[in-house]
Amino acid sequence: MRIEPRQAQSVARTVLALVLAVAAALGICSLLILWSGASPVQGWILMVKGALGSKFALSETLTRATPLIFTGLAAAVAFRARLWNIGGEGQFYIGACMAILLGTDTGLPPWAVIPYLFLAGALAGGLFLLIPTLLKTHMNVDEVVTTLLLNFVVLLFVNWLVFGPWKDPMAMGWPQSAPVVDAAALPILMAKTRLHLGFVLGVGAAVLIWLFMDRTVWGFEIRAVGANPKASRFAGMPVNATIIRTALVSGGLAAMAGVSELLGVKGYLTTDLSPGFGYTGIVVAMLAALHPLGVVVSALFVAMIYIGADAMSRGINISNYIADVTTAVSLLAVLAALFFTKYRIKR
Amino acid sequence: MALLQFLLETGFWVAMVRMATPLIFGTLGELICERAGVLNLGIEGIMAAGCMGGWMWVYLGGTLWGGVAFAAGIGVAFGLIHSLFTVFLGLSQHVSGLGLTMLGSSLSAFVFRMLLPKATTPPKIVPFAPLELPGLSQIPFIGEVFFSQTALTLLAVALVVTVAYVLFKTPLGLAFRMVGENPMAVEAQGLSVFGLRTAAVCAGSAMMAVGGAFLTLSAFDAYYIGMVNGRGWICIALVVFSSWKPYKALLGCLLFAAFDAIQMRVQQQAGMAIPYQLYLALPYIFSILALIIMSRKAAYPKALLIPFRKGER
Repeated sequence: MRIEPRQAQSVARTVLALVLAVAAALGICSLLILWSGASPVQGWILMVKGALGSKFALSETLTRATPLIFTGLAAAVAFRARLWNIGGEGQFYIGACMAILLGTDTGLPPWAVIPYLFLAGALAGGLFLLIPTLLKTHMNVDEVVTTLLLNFVVLLFVNWLVFGPWKDPMAMGWPQSAPVVDAAALPILMAKTRLHLGFVLGVGAAVLIWLFMDRTVWGFEIRAVGANPKASRFAGMPVNATIIRTALVSGGLAAMAGVSELLGVKGYLTTDLSPGFGYTGIVVAMLAALHPLGVVVSALFVAMIYIGADAMSRGINISNYIADVTTAVSLLAVLAALFFTKYRIKR
Repeated sequence: MALLQFLLETGFWVAMVRMATPLIFGTLGELICERAGVLNLGIEGIMAAGCMGGWMWVYLGGTLWGGVAFAAGIGVAFGLIHSLFTVFLGLSQHVSGLGLTMLGSSLSAFVFRMLLPKATTPPKIVPFAPLELPGLSQIPFIGEVFFSQTALTLLAVALVVTVAYVLFKTPLGLAFRMVGENPMAVEAQGLSVFGLRTAAVCAGSAMMAVGGAFLTLSAFDAYYIGMVNGRGWICIALVVFSSWKPYKALLGCLLFAAFDAIQMRVQQQAGMAIPYQLYLALPYIFSILALIIMSRKAAYPKALLIPFRKGER
């Protein structure tokens, strides 16, 4: 038995592989539902109903997908350049912190507040990812571990802020910051739901990133450096500058997830603003095979699993950690499936 | 320096060795994987799975050593998945490892909640008791610090010695190291690259899982979700710090645990003068600093991250 590279790769085969992988993941997770004593079919029906079954359910799924689009794009861009940014979670909170730092008292005309906060947050997130990136390019420090460890540092920093200097005296003792000004709140898209403008911005960002990666020289350089850094350097591409650009874009996108979530959903900073959106963004990016437009689809899928799992855990006696297990299994299944789009096994 | 008075207390040093133990298991496990050319980012999740699995085994009526063995078995299972993906199929070691971390963390939380849905206060087990070794435990200071620990700590130190011996003094160890430096040379010797790497990943993952189990079976008596809390990532930093050498890894773990123990004592004594979050962030900041200092001249195993495919250059 030996492994052989395929001569040609096709989009259809990639999509088929992704769909089969997700189906396999759902199949594996059906065993967990069986274990809980319920029927998997009933479980998955509950999940789909809980995620898409009503206007409210659908709006919740879209709301949940919003930060995932941003963090998914962040991971997709970085992974294309083989910059292993696992720090989306930390950059998310950096963006949220900037929104509070600048958004509680802006002095700007109301129309300028939201763009200002998004730009400031993105800049802060990009610069924050620059620390581990410069350590990688100039001092050979592995960015996987530094970005991961910085997540813990940032979360403790946020913890200090909301228990300490930023604690809102009007919040009845809850550890949360003061809210941003009214002009900063993202408009609600559907009456009586939480779905906000951030979703549209996320989809817009996906289109822009797709054009950037697909149609610009910088985007091409990012893909080339990821595919083969040695050849890129030989071809005269500025490899380090490209990695640094990638970091600014990736960190900026992850931070925009934080800005969007803060301005769109809560309005103030807490330590549970993100239930792991940064990490889940990695799964979203992989399920999309790192394609920016695919990220929107896979973010919707992953959001559906999370929102649906809550409904499932209410309907049948199962822990809603089933959502985390399902996404993890999907990630591994997709990784394996994408292998078969590039190679085949011959006897 | 009344603030550092505690350095003279034996209790501080006992705590240091205890806190180093899970790191020793984890760092040693990661070291073995990386020596064979496979980065194992699954460590955080494998430790979580061992942490929960070992505890659950004992809680459901098994013996303590049974729990350790069960945790090791879980580690081997995760190691097999990682090998299938990264060694046999040659897929991204980063993504496979992160996937396993997500799987290990979420699955252990899921299984815990399914088996104990009503547990609001974490149920407890009777953990390993400190050893009473006749003679050795009576040695002043050293006896207390090293020989009044639980059996798992001694196992960790014994593993360091064993791994160092096997890696550097036996033909098998040479093969393991060579497969991480130059797999084609291993192939040319008629040895199986797949076999060696799979064995290393499985053995390493088993150690990681036992390191996780130490937390619930020895350091503490209950399990709670999120207990591993980044220790796995710290181990990965410690492997770089150790230059992939077992004794240096042991030293790094002890040093790291010493800093951790110091910050806890200083935190107790200094009270609220400095926010406690800063103390909690220190271990992570230390790890990053250690990485920065050691990375410049870090001699990574040459074939780390590079998949091996027969007949492909």
